[in-house]
Amino acid sequence: MTRILIPAGALGLGYDKAALDAGIAMGPDLIAIDGGSTDSGPSYLGRGVSKYARASTKTEWKGLIEARARAGCPLVIGTAGTCGADSTVDWMYDITVEILSELGLSAKIAVLKSGQPADRIKAALAKGEVSPLPAAPAIDDSILDSCTNIVALAGAEQIAAALNTGADIVIAGRTTDTAIIAALPLMRGDHAGSAWHAAKIGECGALCSTMPMSGVIWIETDTSGFTVTPLAEGAVCTPRTVSAHMLYENSDPFILYEPGGHLDVTDTRYTALDHRSVRGEGSVWHPSDRYTVKLEGARITGYQTILLALVRDRRYVENIREWCADIIAKHGAKVRDRLGLNAADFGVELRLIGMDATLGALEPRDELPAEVGVLGIVTAATQARANEIAKMLNPYLLHHGLTETEEMPTFAFPFSPAEIDRGPAWEFCLNHVMTLNDPMEAFTLEVRDV
Amino acid sequence: MSELGQIVEKIRSKNAGPFWVTIDIFCGGAAAYDQVQAGLRTDQIAAAFQVPLDQIKRFDIPYLNVVKFSLPRPAIQGTIADRDMHGAGWGPMIAELTLAG
Repeated sequence: MTRILIPAGALGLGYDKAALDAGIAMGPDLIAIDGGSTDSGPSYLGRGVSKYARASTKTEWKGLIEARARAGCPLVIGTAGTCGADSTVDWMYDITVEILSELGLSAKIAVLKSGQPADRIKAALAKGEVSPLPAAPAIDDSILDSCTNIVALAGAEQIAAALNTGADIVIAGRTTDTAIIAALPLMRGDHAGSAWHAAKIGECGALCSTMPMSGVIWIETDTSGFTVTPLAEGAVCTPRTVSAHMLYENSDPFILYEPGGHLDVTDTRYTALDHRSVRGEGSVWHPSDRYTVKLEGARITGYQTILLALVRDRRYVENIREWCADIIAKHGAKVRDRLGLNAADFGVELRLIGMDATLGALEPRDELPAEVGVLGIVTAATQARANEIAKMLNPYLLHHGLTETEEMPTFAFPFSPAEIDRGPAWEFCLNHVMTLNDPMEAFTLEVRDV
Repeated sequence: MSELGQIVEKIRSKNAGPFWVTIDIFCGGAAAYDQVQAGLRTDQIAAAFQVPLDQIKRFDIPYLNVVKFSLPRPAIQGTIADRDMHGAGWGPMIAELTLAG
């Protein structure tokens, strides 16, 4: 049997301290927490930085390092620093060393890195060892070269290698959310389908319970199934809350692909053990013929400057689309003329907040609001050029009239300067898997005594 | 003629990775589930997203009283054309669909 304490769905979201203490008192074999996700967008991977404040990360990580010292078991973080790039692993390592020094503690730290040089992916692509997943964008060598960071998602095998070093603390780069939890039960020979299923249920912390924000979850796996228990006062897991968690952020609620195989929970039976714990049995792990790891990469596609104007005049609100179309045409002509650019060299979009800014062409409703926020988004090859183009847009958003004969109108600008440089626009450009002969060949593992 | 959002407990849309969006319709009970299961056609979802029907994966899950749809994102998360980083806005759009029957 393997007993795992999961303090929260992600480091940085906070956790219930009393529930964590209760879990430590139960004597876990491992404390595991996820450090990230792609959900906040490509910028974090592109820049190789964390989404959460350093002070929040440090405060919460310090609590877990103290808890680990009391429990005497390993502490693992996967996808350290939101994106799991090598730079965020280093960031997390520095925070860890700082905390250990402040607490007067020593620890053996295993550092697992998932960063991939573009040349490795290019070579694999040439050998036919990179395959697209459904809805993957097309890739080639130049796209791979333009990525500022590429990571491969480590699975249970790489986490097992890190745990096998005897480390007290494992700081891992990009991993699957589940691997940090599933690795130890698999190493001990627990039921594989149940280990992966328990990991999937536990990886978002208490989201599988009736108190989703309480964080702390206790998972037990054995040779025939798994049990999940929320530890916060008043939190309850039911067969319904646990099975419903398979829906969350999954395109298929029954199948989960991992390095080395996939989990099928179609025939899992969920049973309430008592008023708050749920038992799951019957989950199936199907090993695959090839060992593949998923790749993520981010690159810059341009630089943006944005503006916001507020249109409150009823006649202008009624005619806002014509007004915008006229501005786009006149401004575009001016940019081409004064900057000598072609239409393909820049992009200008006016999104109508209050009308269809969220859904764009998919918005079925057409009632008129009291006012419209006109969000101007300028994209160009450099920040300076985007700013220059936005400055040419500024007078139109401030003063453009519906007709040439009316008195010059003025619209509301909330800021000065109206142009806000947004920096690079990033995009995810990989949704592929890479075949490995040895799970460790694309990852590095280093052990340091601190 | 009922609006979907008026008869179910909750509808959420969320990224399923940067390239997919998934929509979970929690009906809240067997009666509402039966009404949604029978009255919400997959082609209504395809029409709302303006994509071919074969782009939509549908899961009818009676023991949870859930109907779930997944499809490739209209724009890849975070690209210049993307308007909604977390894919939160499509749920409210689907909530306004009208059920048949």
